[in-house]
Amino acid sequence: MKIRQISVFLENRKGRLYEVCSLLGQAGINIRALTIAETESFGVLRMVVNKPDEAISLFRKHNITANLTDVVAVEVPDRPGGLAEVLKVLSDGNINVEYMYAFVEKFSEKALLVFRFDDPSGAHRVLTSAGVTVLTEKDLPNL
Amino acid sequence: MEIRYWNQRLETLPRHELRQLQLERLREVVGYALQTPFYKKRLPKVGISSPEDIRSLDDLKKIPFTVKDDLRQAFPKGLLAVDMEKVVRIHSSSGTTGIPTVIYYTADDLDRWTDLLARSIVATGAGPGDVFQNMMSYGLFTGGLGVHYGAERVGMAVIPVGGGNTQRQLQIMRDFRTTVLHITPSYLLHIHQRMPEFGLTPADLNLKKAWMGAEPHSENTRLKLQELFGIDIYNSYGLSEMNGPGVAFECVYKNDLHVWEDGYIIEIIDPRTGEPVEDGQEGEVVFTNLIRHALPLLRYRTRDLAFLHPDPCPCGRTARRMSRITGRTDDMLIINGVNVFPSQIEEVLMSIPEVGTNYQIHLSRHEGLDRLTVKVEIYSKLFTGDLAALEALKNKINEKLRASITINSRIELHEPGSLPAIEGKAKRVVDEREKL
Ligand SMILES: [Zn+2]
Repeated sequence: MKIRQISVFLENRKGRLYEVCSLLGQAGINIRALTIAETESFGVLRMVVNKPDEAISLFRKHNITANLTDVVAVEVPDRPGGLAEVLKVLSDGNINVEYMYAFVEKFSEKALLVFRFDDPSGAHRVLTSAGVTVLTEKDLPNL
Repeated sequence: MEIRYWNQRLETLPRHELRQLQLERLREVVGYALQTPFYKKRLPKVGISSPEDIRSLDDLKKIPFTVKDDLRQAFPKGLLAVDMEKVVRIHSSSGTTGIPTVIYYTADDLDRWTDLLARSIVATGAGPGDVFQNMMSYGLFTGGLGVHYGAERVGMAVIPVGGGNTQRQLQIMRDFRTTVLHITPSYLLHIHQRMPEFGLTPADLNLKKAWMGAEPHSENTRLKLQELFGIDIYNSYGLSEMNGPGVAFECVYKNDLHVWEDGYIIEIIDPRTGEPVEDGQEGEVVFTNLIRHALPLLRYRTRDLAFLHPDPCPCGRTARRMSRITGRTDDMLIINGVNVFPSQIEEVLMSIPEVGTNYQIHLSRHEGLDRLTVKVEIYSKLFTGDLAALEALKNKINEKLRASITINSRIELHEPGSLPAIEGKAKRVVDEREKL
């Protein structure tokens, strides 16, 4: 149910994001979703990739500060109000969203969103019981 | 040139009488020193168990140097020579190891100190009728209060505004027709740069003089500032171990600083050997405080480098003149007038687990004020991916640093391996401040 997100610490330096992304590209690792959280002096790159274990060891080897965090990938109906429906389910279930972001590509009629919850297990329970599709990591290489 | 004295007899005392006065006062302070746990242990070892053991000024050389670290070791009361009931003022500052140092003053100590400031002020030609804007920090820093009381004593109208807030400073200068400033050179320069913003030129003001201290600066800077404002600028020297400002001050000839030798015995030594240098040679300045009884300090090594002028000054004062400070014997940084040692910063950083081993101390100047930026590498293994945790880490580093060095810093987080490594004596301090 949970999938692993990779967080990378990025210092505020020109070209750093490019270096990190091209490293993954050269290793044949695909970025499925990504977002950057920034402050004035540094940022954290968050992403979901098709091969998280390979990505992490690649980063370690290149002395790039990274770690893994559990997130939940949710299918959202791709129509007006689709996201609101999912958010209402979470709100009613008293689940707090820390942040969320979208997948890079679209694979079906549904949009895919990455959610970070303070209580991932509770979120999973609330979502599935409301009939919302939650993806597993096994689904990712096929996307 | 018109020469004014505050205490003509003392200021023009023949050298041999001055030396006799120094000897009497040295005996007196040795008597107080022997009341402190610190000197009670130290002085008898060199054959000084009572004031009478000081037979001539040469006996001063028997006394071992006192250093900053002694003050830390003696914190809080190891150098206190009088009952706490006699103490009326306490000044304190942080030290390299986070252990602070403290200076105590009795009412008589403050009186004698104030008198030397009154003397300094009158030597620059200032006095009653002058409106004095004191732009040095008040508080635990001795620079503000010391000059404040001296200025009141000579009868100037004192505006105790303290540092910062350029707009307000300029308003006060204009509204009260300020004639004299006490200020750091970088702040005076900044004031000038900001004046057009407020539609002011030096001609709109009534400034006549400035006393400049707390920050090393060159003669060129003085000349430039004098020209920009059309005023006379006098150099001031002091340190809280020797009470504060008013240890040495320039007279109207502006030809280096008269050391008030009836209040302080000055020695210039070779910092490596501790031996006196030849007359006129540069060396480390060592002071013995002859006028403070609450906390006596004998042969205190300032780590400031300077030299003494052998020739007399045309003003007629017999107190010798020392040069402006030409350097430091250690790596101490002066940031907005506050003394900071890189080792203090290192110690704080190394106490925080999320911080890696590499760091860099960066100094720059913005709007006339120094800015300290501390660049640190984060420790990979403790990276959680949480942005809020990183922001909290920055705040934590700043808070801990401020507790040690008393000033705010900007914290920059960097990736491991991105700052110059420890090997090969990495340049830990990058000082981009324009030399003044
Ligand atoms: Zn003179």
